[in-house]
Amino acid sequence: MNGQPVYVVDGARTPFLKARNQPGPFAASDLAVAAGRALLLRQNFAPDQLDEVILGCASPSPDEVNIGRVVALRLGCGLKVPGWTVMRNCASGMQAIDSALVNIREGRAQLVLAGGVDALSRAPLLYNEKMVLWFARFATAKSIGAKAAALLSLNPAQVLSPIIGIMRGLTDPVVGLMMGQTAENLAFRFEITRQEMDAFSVRSHQRVAAAQDAGNYTGEVVPLYDTKGEAFLADDGVRRDSSIENLAKLKPFFDRKFGNITAGNSSQITDGGAWLILASEQAVDKFGLPVLGRIVDTEWAGLDPAQMGLGPVHASTPLLQRNGLALNDLDAWEINEAFAAQVIACVRAWNDPAYCKEQLGLDAPLGELDQSKLNLDGGAIALGHPVGASGARIVLHLLNVLKRTGGKRGIASICIGGGQGGAMLVERP
Amino acid sequence: MNSYRHWRIERDGDGLHWLYFDKAGESTNTFSTEAMTELRSIVSKLAVATGDQRPRGLVVLSAKDGGFIAGADVREFMTLTSPEEAVTLVKRGWDTFNEFAALPFPTLALIRGFCMGGGLELALACTYRIAVDEPGTRLALPEVMLGIVPGWGGMKRLPKTIGAPAALDMMLTGRTVDARRAKKLGLVDEAVPTRVMMNAARITLSNRPAPHQLGFVQGLTLWGPARKFIANQARKQTEKKARRVHYPAPYAILDIWLEQDGNPFSFPAEHPSSLRSLLASPTTRNLIRVFGLQERLKAQGKESTFAARHVHVIGAGTMGGDIAAWCALRGLKVTLQDQSADKLAPAMGRAAKLFKERLKDPRRLRDASDLLIPDIAGDGARHADVIIEAVFENLKVKEDIFAALEAKARPDAILATNTSSIPIEQIASTMRDPARLVGLHFFNPVPKMMLVEIVAGANSRPDLLAACATFVRQIDKLPLPVKSAPGFLVNRILAPYLMEAMRCVDEGIAPEIVDEAALAFGMPMGPLELADTVGLDICVAVGKMLAGSDAPEAATPVRLQQLIAAGKLGCKSGAGFYTYPGGKISKPRADPARVPAGLADRLIAPMLAAAQRALAEGIVADADLVDAGAIFGTGFAFYTGGPMHYLASRTA
Repeated sequence: MNGQPVYVVDGARTPFLKARNQPGPFAASDLAVAAGRALLLRQNFAPDQLDEVILGCASPSPDEVNIGRVVALRLGCGLKVPGWTVMRNCASGMQAIDSALVNIREGRAQLVLAGGVDALSRAPLLYNEKMVLWFARFATAKSIGAKAAALLSLNPAQVLSPIIGIMRGLTDPVVGLMMGQTAENLAFRFEITRQEMDAFSVRSHQRVAAAQDAGNYTGEVVPLYDTKGEAFLADDGVRRDSSIENLAKLKPFFDRKFGNITAGNSSQITDGGAWLILASEQAVDKFGLPVLGRIVDTEWAGLDPAQMGLGPVHASTPLLQRNGLALNDLDAWEINEAFAAQVIACVRAWNDPAYCKEQLGLDAPLGELDQSKLNLDGGAIALGHPVGASGARIVLHLLNVLKRTGGKRGIASICIGGGQGGAMLVERP
Repeated sequence: MNSYRHWRIERDGDGLHWLYFDKAGESTNTFSTEAMTELRSIVSKLAVATGDQRPRGLVVLSAKDGGFIAGADVREFMTLTSPEEAVTLVKRGWDTFNEFAALPFPTLALIRGFCMGGGLELALACTYRIAVDEPGTRLALPEVMLGIVPGWGGMKRLPKTIGAPAALDMMLTGRTVDARRAKKLGLVDEAVPTRVMMNAARITLSNRPAPHQLGFVQGLTLWGPARKFIANQARKQTEKKARRVHYPAPYAILDIWLEQDGNPFSFPAEHPSSLRSLLASPTTRNLIRVFGLQERLKAQGKESTFAARHVHVIGAGTMGGDIAAWCALRGLKVTLQDQSADKLAPAMGRAAKLFKERLKDPRRLRDASDLLIPDIAGDGARHADVIIEAVFENLKVKEDIFAALEAKARPDAILATNTSSIPIEQIASTMRDPARLVGLHFFNPVPKMMLVEIVAGANSRPDLLAACATFVRQIDKLPLPVKSAPGFLVNRILAPYLMEAMRCVDEGIAPEIVDEAALAFGMPMGPLELADTVGLDICVAVGKMLAGSDAPEAATPVRLQQLIAAGKLGCKSGAGFYTYPGGKISKPRADPARVPAGLADRLIAPMLAAAQRALAEGIVADADLVDAGAIFGTGFAFYTGGPMHYLASRTA
């Protein structure tokens, strides 16, 4: 593409910690700070030599709305390094990398810390509209009598039924479907069976377990420490005992009675953060930085929100075409596992002449993606999907996979709630 | 009117007078005789000023960056030779502040930064007090720590301002309060941000709100039976901490408040709580001496311009972890290295606890936590200004660490070991440049122990030693330069005392009786409780090191050997000479009558002898530094002025 080459120097992430029905030990900014300071510590440059910090986050808490700036300051980047936040739902972390890329290409920045974070376990409970109106009435009630009347009008059921923020966040506001229901749409369209989804999920768990044992996450995952003196070393959502029999016992979660999508074949609700350091050629030379890889190109696509899980197909296809690549020309693929059905649907869509023709305007299908190159070390079904962080995680992990396997090129792609897809083409030096 | 050396008055268009304290030739305002005399002359003139010259209101404030007023000029106080002179000095301040309080127009103290002792007493004489809400703003009446009393009106005015319980607490402990706490207590009328401090003073003096009054309940604490009851409660609290024979000042404060409404001149001279008795007592002299020793240690940090920003600590055990946490608490970036996350995690937990205890503002707490970075790979060593090794006592391990550090660290970084038993020269022997290594010897528990020994190896570079002293001041500890010799100064003095106490136990004296003897002498903690706190394994290691490695095993006290064999290593393992259910000591009550005559002397004697030998061998430069080390490193009875001073005064 045009402009200067943009390099990835290094990256690190927190262990992904599964939400366990209560707020987790770390706020989103705590996660970003923990991973960021470990990453910055091992660099040749000081944190205040960064040109900017860009952080993707889908649900920053109300006291850290511009979480990018909060984290930049907490990382000791100093007052003069700007920090900002990007939000593109599930691709917020990938958007942060893309924004860094654009600024480096433009010559506005030489050295950027970019990543994503979310602490989904800390998603807030919200007051419903009736309660909000009640608060307004109570606050404007002038006399004690009026205040008492307002208090008496309060319906306890109303007080005790807050809106669960995360459920709102995971529901498409335009078509009114929960994300899992959009995955059910794909399963219906591509005739994906429950058995296939569960098998895919078992494979994800097995691959993560094997990758952990082989040390494939070493260096990428840095420990977290809480205030009670406990260390968190590894992603804790992975189930080594996962089996098709176990998964078969789970009830459908989204279309409760008749669906196929369960908690077991969906990505987990998780807290985590991931960072990459991006640098221009000039910065690489100036600081003598190692080069993990180069971001070659990015593509963003839009599609029907009710089919949002096919986002990777819509984003990756033009990316492949623009760069003259076929599906299996790449040495590795990362497609974020929002749902097992959704990843399987992507693979089928590419191999489906009708879909390729109608939706992508292709004369012939792209073919069968070689699944031995796809999500080599497992994915979000086993690791979890801390929404803002996932896009950054898959780009970082893709580069680490290429480095390990001696591969040259890869694509990381992610589906985005609201009906979008993002894809990033990377290359090893 | 503007012809004063230490004060400056400005009159503004609204008729307000702004009285700036700007002590000549000093960065901090203190009340010397001259400054007080000038103030008195200003007050007398203002009191009778008429027409244009008569202020509509008066603001007292500081012209210094370094705070409001730090109190009386202690250096001048130390030069006084007779109790009579001291009484005169107190009387001068008492009269001046009374005249100030009687000025016929409203007055206001605008307090930014330190407001200690006489500074707070002047503020209390004002109609209004406004504190600037900054981290540096601290208010206290710390006179008791010098063995004296807040005699410039503090004992009279503070209880009437904030009620008896809070006032006695402040006066008896010397505790400082920040601006927000002061506002809560009613000690100041407002706690305001810096940006509106001048406006706040101006508006308050032009609106003239009703001066602060005690609430009804607080008011009751000053009258009748409540007053007596509160004084008695406070007396009981004080008895737990300091015995009257050693520390008369807190008892005098109670008597003067209870019986004389805070007027220190009302008791007849021969009364034990009279100002004259107090100022004539050796304790007061000695506590002022201790203050002087502390100032001397602080001054050691002034020789170098070294300023650390990043400290790297190797070893996340109790010492390493606590040193790291302490440095982060003092605002330095700290990387803490150990082999695994599991080794780092407990240190991070302890640090979180320390931060929570010390920092109330959640944002400051977060800042400190962010500064402390766990570092398994040891990446921090490349960036750090100071590197402190605090791993277990093993020569080979330490040699390897410093050999690696020499290649990795910045050439201008301080390389220091926290070793307590291995000679610096030995650790440095495998280094390319052995002159780079120095010792920085911290004491356990790090957050509480003020002293840090700066150990000079035979070859250590003097400029690095000076930089170490500056660094130690930067983290708000007291640097004591010592020569590299077994036990340095503090352990060398302490160990024989602990061993003697253990021998007493071997002879059949109950631990609590041994400890009681030491407490009665004026030690802050008994030797056996102290041994439990330090760790019995460490006591043995230090004892052996001091005795020489070929010392017969029999020299180790029997009870100590038994406890070690049983895995009872003191507080940390739940039992030692005492038991620690739930981490808290369970200690039988000791009847003072059962303490054998001469036991305290027996316990102290080896300590005194060790202090003399350390001086003779030149471990520290002079006798005063021996005393400073013993007091701030071992807690040696403050009222004695230190072991060498105690010896000298005994023979005198």
